[in-house]
Amino acid sequence: MIVYVVRRVATAILVVAGVIVLTFVIARVVPGDPAATWAGPHASAAQIAAARRFLGLDRPAAAQLASYFGGIVTGNWGVSIHTHRPVLSDIGGAAPVTIELVTAALIIALLVAVPLGLISARWQGRASDHVIRAGSILGVSMPIFWLALILQLVLADHLHLLPAAGEFSPSLLFTHPLTRVTGFGLIDAPLTGNWPMFGSILGHLLLPALVVAAYPAGLLTRMIRAQVLDTVGDTHVQMVRALGFRERAVYGRFAMKLAWNPVATALALVFGYALVNTFLVEAIFDWPGLGEYATASITALDTPAILGVTLFVALVYVGANLVVDIVQAAIDPRIRLR
Amino acid sequence: MIEAPTPLPTQASALPRGEALRRGLRANPLLVAGAVISVLVVLVAVFAPLLAPYPADAGSATHPFMVLRPPSAQHWFGTDNVGRDVLSRVIYGARVSPVVAVFVLLIACVIGIPLGAVAGYFGGWLDEALMRVTDIFLAFPPLLLALALAAVLPPSLTSLIIAISVTWWPWYTRLIRGQAASVAGRPYVEACRALGIPSHRILLRHVLPNSITPLIVQVSLDFGGVILTVSALSFLGLGAQDPTPDWGLMVAEGQNYFTTAWWVVTFPGLAILVTAFAFTLLGDGLRDLMDPKRIFLR
Repeated sequence: MIVYVVRRVATAILVVAGVIVLTFVIARVVPGDPAATWAGPHASAAQIAAARRFLGLDRPAAAQLASYFGGIVTGNWGVSIHTHRPVLSDIGGAAPVTIELVTAALIIALLVAVPLGLISARWQGRASDHVIRAGSILGVSMPIFWLALILQLVLADHLHLLPAAGEFSPSLLFTHPLTRVTGFGLIDAPLTGNWPMFGSILGHLLLPALVVAAYPAGLLTRMIRAQVLDTVGDTHVQMVRALGFRERAVYGRFAMKLAWNPVATALALVFGYALVNTFLVEAIFDWPGLGEYATASITALDTPAILGVTLFVALVYVGANLVVDIVQAAIDPRIRLR
Repeated sequence: MIEAPTPLPTQASALPRGEALRRGLRANPLLVAGAVISVLVVLVAVFAPLLAPYPADAGSATHPFMVLRPPSAQHWFGTDNVGRDVLSRVIYGARVSPVVAVFVLLIACVIGIPLGAVAGYFGGWLDEALMRVTDIFLAFPPLLLALALAAVLPPSLTSLIIAISVTWWPWYTRLIRGQAASVAGRPYVEACRALGIPSHRILLRHVLPNSITPLIVQVSLDFGGVILTVSALSFLGLGAQDPTPDWGLMVAEGQNYFTTAWWVVTFPGLAILVTAFAFTLLGDGLRDLMDPKRIFLR
């Protein structure tokens, strides 16, 4: 087990190093001269040369890469052009809000996907199966920025069922201001006994979470259906059936148990996808997380911020995959002995 | 109550080829639906000039007195903020993001197939090096890398194609590599090698044709995903620029008028959904049809 963990962590570190190099390459792809941009439109040739020296662009690429690498490792991710703050502290402030949103979306997705996947598999080929399969494909084919706009118009603006935008009602800022401890509003509010704020955040979270859940719900439903269908044919599940267990238990307890493993792998994958999908919806819902920060950076052509967010999400994604792999290996010896 | 277990199905491979296919299609109405809608989308793209009621509105035409009119007999999908017919723009849109998707998938195949075949067939350090490179690309969720690249490139459809292709090829390299590696170990390939046939010929004539089927299925499955990626980047302003009638861009432009004019956002978005949905249904059905294990289960 230890050997497996060490090997897996070593590969992850190599991948992370590669990821950092790749973001450096992307930064250098930027058309135009960064030094000229820095110096401004009316700069003289001498000023541009000075800017180039100041930004370290006159040094060889390898030396630039080395200092970039050193900066990333020591927590110096550059300064955002549009917020004038260090990129890493911007990300640190925005990340918890986004992780809250993604976690809520994944919980919704699992609550939908597990029963639907099981129903679909148990009555394979029936009308219910076709409807659920079409529905799950609809989920993965959804342009979620569009879904966000439509649901906001229908559920919030017309039916007034849910709040349209923001992290909480602005009026609470005066009556029950939120004290940030961990950065996660849903943890901080109960910690400080701020229940009206907790309720408000939960209400505001629901609509964006529903939208972000569309893709994971579709993907997981398809996956659970396929996995359960694969395992019900296995001899040990047939054995359970022969022993006289009800069909309900055959699917829900025995076949589903075996399906959890690939579903866990898919969860890490879907977590990464959902994280990027927040880039498309946070601005619509005015949800003050990474996605809104990323879209604002894109509009402002803020390269350090864009690459910072990219790097951060990639690191989270690599981390999530690592954790899932190690947990699976701990549970299932077949994986670590492979 | 104990329910009767489903009886073991008859083995499909024992049936004549046509009958097996017919059964496969009958058991999978979703595949048929996907194929029909996909063909319709292609027809709309091809015959756009004939179908669009106001072909000039697909470009930079403006009609200052027809701004944001709701759907009517003259304008089925209403008009946008400069008075252009939304239906015509949605129809012409079938020529933008689906075509971008075709280019992306072509480029991804052109890069991915040779690299994967070489890695799988030769193995060794070359394989190891190529796989580590793909590991790095696959460490990004697909939309993320494309987004970062498109954000640093000047916004245009060409940048969009480059950005998405760069993120897509490693998947195909991995897929072909796995297939090629298993084919390379088979006796007939060894026989070729023993006969002294040069490696490039073995690769082209024997290894590639026998590893390509899963890739074809994957490409058809990915078509919807690429269209979604294209639309998402266009929505963020990183792809097509006005007046190109791109669906994602139209949703982004309509966003500002959405609360008073629902049609400017609804119809282009619906076009993205229907197209991605149809091609994913088609790809999903094709995969089921090609997978021998699933045919047997049916």
